[in-house]
Amino acid sequence: MERVALNDHLREIRLFRGRVIASIVFFILLILALIARLYWLQVLQHAHFRTLSEDNRVKIFPIPPTRGLIYDRNGTVLAGNLPSYALEITREQVDDLDATLAGLAEIVDVSPADLRRFQRLRWRKRAFEGIPLRLRLSAEEVARLAVNRYRFPGVDITAGLTRHYPQGGPLGHVVGYVGRINERELERIDEANYAGTNHIGKTGVELTYEDVLHGTVGYRRAEVNAVGRLVRELDVTPPDPGRNLYLTIDHRLQHAAEESLAGRAGAVVAIDPNNGEVLAMVSNPGFDPNLFVNGISSKAYSALRDDPDRPLFNRVLRGQYPPGSTVKPFYALAGLETGTVDAKHRVFCPGYYSLPNDEDHKYRDWKKTGHGWTDVNKSVVQSCDVYYYELAVKLGIDRMHDFMDHFGFGRVTGVDISGELGGLMPSREWKRRARGQAWFPGETVITGIGQGFTLVTPLQLSAATAVLANRGVGYRPHVVSAEENPITGEIAIIDPEALPPVPRRKEANWDAALTAMFDVVNSPSGTARRIGIDAPVHIAGKTGTAQVFTVGQEEEYKENEVHEKLRDHALFMSYAPYEDPQIAVAVVVEHGGHGGSAAAPVARAVYDAFFASQGVSDGN
Amino acid sequence: MRALDIPLTGRGSSPGQRRGLLARMHLDGPLLLGLFVLGGLGLAVLYSAGGGHTDLVVRQLLRIGLAVAVMVLLAQVPPRRLYQWSPWLFIAGTGLLVAVLAVGDIGKGAQRWLDLGFVRFQPSEAMKLAVPMMLARHLAQKPLPPSFWRLLGGLLLMVVPVLLIAKQPDLGTSLLIASSGFFVLFLGGLSWRLLGGATVLAVPGAWILWEYGMKDYQRQRVLTFLNPQEDPLGSGYHIIQSTIAIGSGGTYGKGWLNGTQSHLDFLPERSTDFIFAVFGEEFGLIGALVLLLIYMLIVGRGLYIATVAQDSFSRLLAGSISLTFLVYLLVNTGMVSGLLPVVGVPLPLVSYGGTSLVTLMAGFGILMAVHTHRRLLPT
Repeated sequence: MERVALNDHLREIRLFRGRVIASIVFFILLILALIARLYWLQVLQHAHFRTLSEDNRVKIFPIPPTRGLIYDRNGTVLAGNLPSYALEITREQVDDLDATLAGLAEIVDVSPADLRRFQRLRWRKRAFEGIPLRLRLSAEEVARLAVNRYRFPGVDITAGLTRHYPQGGPLGHVVGYVGRINERELERIDEANYAGTNHIGKTGVELTYEDVLHGTVGYRRAEVNAVGRLVRELDVTPPDPGRNLYLTIDHRLQHAAEESLAGRAGAVVAIDPNNGEVLAMVSNPGFDPNLFVNGISSKAYSALRDDPDRPLFNRVLRGQYPPGSTVKPFYALAGLETGTVDAKHRVFCPGYYSLPNDEDHKYRDWKKTGHGWTDVNKSVVQSCDVYYYELAVKLGIDRMHDFMDHFGFGRVTGVDISGELGGLMPSREWKRRARGQAWFPGETVITGIGQGFTLVTPLQLSAATAVLANRGVGYRPHVVSAEENPITGEIAIIDPEALPPVPRRKEANWDAALTAMFDVVNSPSGTARRIGIDAPVHIAGKTGTAQVFTVGQEEEYKENEVHEKLRDHALFMSYAPYEDPQIAVAVVVEHGGHGGSAAAPVARAVYDAFFASQGVSDGN
Repeated sequence: MRALDIPLTGRGSSPGQRRGLLARMHLDGPLLLGLFVLGGLGLAVLYSAGGGHTDLVVRQLLRIGLAVAVMVLLAQVPPRRLYQWSPWLFIAGTGLLVAVLAVGDIGKGAQRWLDLGFVRFQPSEAMKLAVPMMLARHLAQKPLPPSFWRLLGGLLLMVVPVLLIAKQPDLGTSLLIASSGFFVLFLGGLSWRLLGGATVLAVPGAWILWEYGMKDYQRQRVLTFLNPQEDPLGSGYHIIQSTIAIGSGGTYGKGWLNGTQSHLDFLPERSTDFIFAVFGEEFGLIGALVLLLIYMLIVGRGLYIATVAQDSFSRLLAGSISLTFLVYLLVNTGMVSGLLPVVGVPLPLVSYGGTSLVTLMAGFGILMAVHTHRRLLPT
């Protein structure tokens, strides 16, 4: 052994060195592979990874803009933002969640629904994110929590803004309401602009002016770590708050109309004929928009939905009623302006009318005994039906349609609240198209008194009245008059939009129609004479009673025998002052009976409120 | 005892003659310099990975102090002693591995720790040195290259602890120990024919393992390694985030303390196994190359020490320790840069953590002992 040791030793060293060199070669190859990998990552793919790393660390947090306020024409807030306090729990700061929940339940009301929502959110949110347990804490609850706060680490009271409608029900249909954004709306809106916003306009002005009220979202760019916790704020793009809106509505008129309707279903619209501003727009019964803001309970909702008076139905825009006799001033004017009749033309009214070739079918006058000899003035003042039966036959349905079209009958007014229906002004062409039938002469007869196919919305009726009062010059009805930038205070006035004027042939014809309306209210035989008494200014108008229930040929309509829901609708169209029209009011009282007794007093209440605010006292 | 006879035949220089402080302490200057540079760099990166807090750095400094003490201590031990200790160390270590499997603590889902009451101890760490020592002794008992049966015996000695550790399960450590044992066999003269044969057999073997030997979750782990995008928030997350960190560093890096991936918590395990990603993000390709160069110099010095060692045992042990150090480096950087699957291997001397640091420094102590306890031969 000893002898071979040195030999072996040298051989072993040679072997070892060979193996070391082999190892070095092998590992150099591996190191080159590693360097190649690093070169690929850090040089060739650098831009890609740099982008990924930026995405990793910079998160964009939206700052929702503050929703614009809505004021009435006097600056009274109709829709505001109220601070609301919510109770939030941050899980990672709570040692014993169950004990905390139990302890909180002793201090504030925690419903099972609140707990369910909390437990549901608990698994969706990260440990450092606050989870709401209670929303809309009362002031008392906030105070109690503040006192007991030391007992509950990880429990915070957070402040937010929630939409509030201080005027409540009477303005619900006009202002509308906001509610949580639903799936259909998500498809429609620019999601980026609604990041961080939970609510969106659902109806009324809140819906139509959503874009203006909402504003533009702002952003906070911030560094976050891997679990999304904010580390450092980088920069902030402040949101552009929504514009405040000034409505043309006067909330006092709104309340006056609502009170005057006294619980009856109906609608009231008041328009300034000089610019189309809608001064009041009441659909009764209304609803409290505040119910909808944070999600209406299903119980409250079914109560509203199942109410036979349909409080959610906006009668002003979507209620289509036969106009009844309220169309008579228009047809009177039509007869005069087309030269079909003149102011002296008289018709004998025996209480019924028959077409010359069909003597058997009697078209009744509302007054059984008839009005006797009737000229155009008397036909309006006493609302003689026979006069208009005869006039309609003379005019023919197409001329009636074309004339009424100038006043907007059968067309949407284009008011700046969506959901409006257009009513119906029939014509031969319409019937052929819609019904596939020929026009019958009898249909022309009843169209003359606003029955048959004719339908109007309360808004159309008041808009048409405004055009009539303003002698053919009309403006598109609108409810928003100005937008205000809440930061700069800059106000952008929205100019009224003039409508194509109604062609005027002779002023005397218009005088005749308007004088007749004046006499309706102010002459002893007028159907609305009762509201003329002690009126602050001279009112001109026309009553109407629209049939809901068709009375058979040999039967007689007896109001107190007919079920309330089949009773006639009471209508009234009017304006004031007669000498210088400033306000046109249309009223519909559903199943109210007679226009003169049911609808006209409501208009009078609106006039009283309007002229009281203008400083005009009774007995002008 | 054959190998240790050799120094006795030469005319060694007498100890203590014209020697500096380092030599008197049995320390190797170039190796020490490399280790200090690496350690300092490691602390700087750790400071950054720790979010600019010094507590990690201070604790790591204490560990470095302990590890340096162990290194200095081991440097005093002549290789002859290590040769004598190897069997006992190996037997004790294997016994402890069995004990760990029986009664060990479970940490991070694996049984690795043995609680001796006053200290928690990881027997697998000791085996990182005990296995190459035992194998080196085993081969050095006969002239090299070893016979087939001696090789087989060595293989058996290696396989027992490797399997015990793999069962804990600690794949990273068992891999390192297996490679340290393999290096002893390879440097000792494992015939190329056997090596080639084993490699050829490995291919169908791997296929059989995949088809019949692996459970679904194990296959999933391999698949995730091959395509981390498949599971970006699960097991692929580490790799995606670390490649983003390295890639976003670019050529020159984002600068010290400016790594966003690491500071914003995107990078998991950033002060331990994935610290190379922090390094790559903050110092870029240039920094990574410099780091690799420092490692190369340390390994090169280790291999030099091995080649000039005077007996087979020292040569094999020193060579194995040096190459295993390189394996540490390559497995860790390969894993962090997405070349290798995720196995828990720290970046040697840089990653935060005490146990592996002490073992590594103990290895360098042995290297220094091998070098400084030489007797100069006439050449």
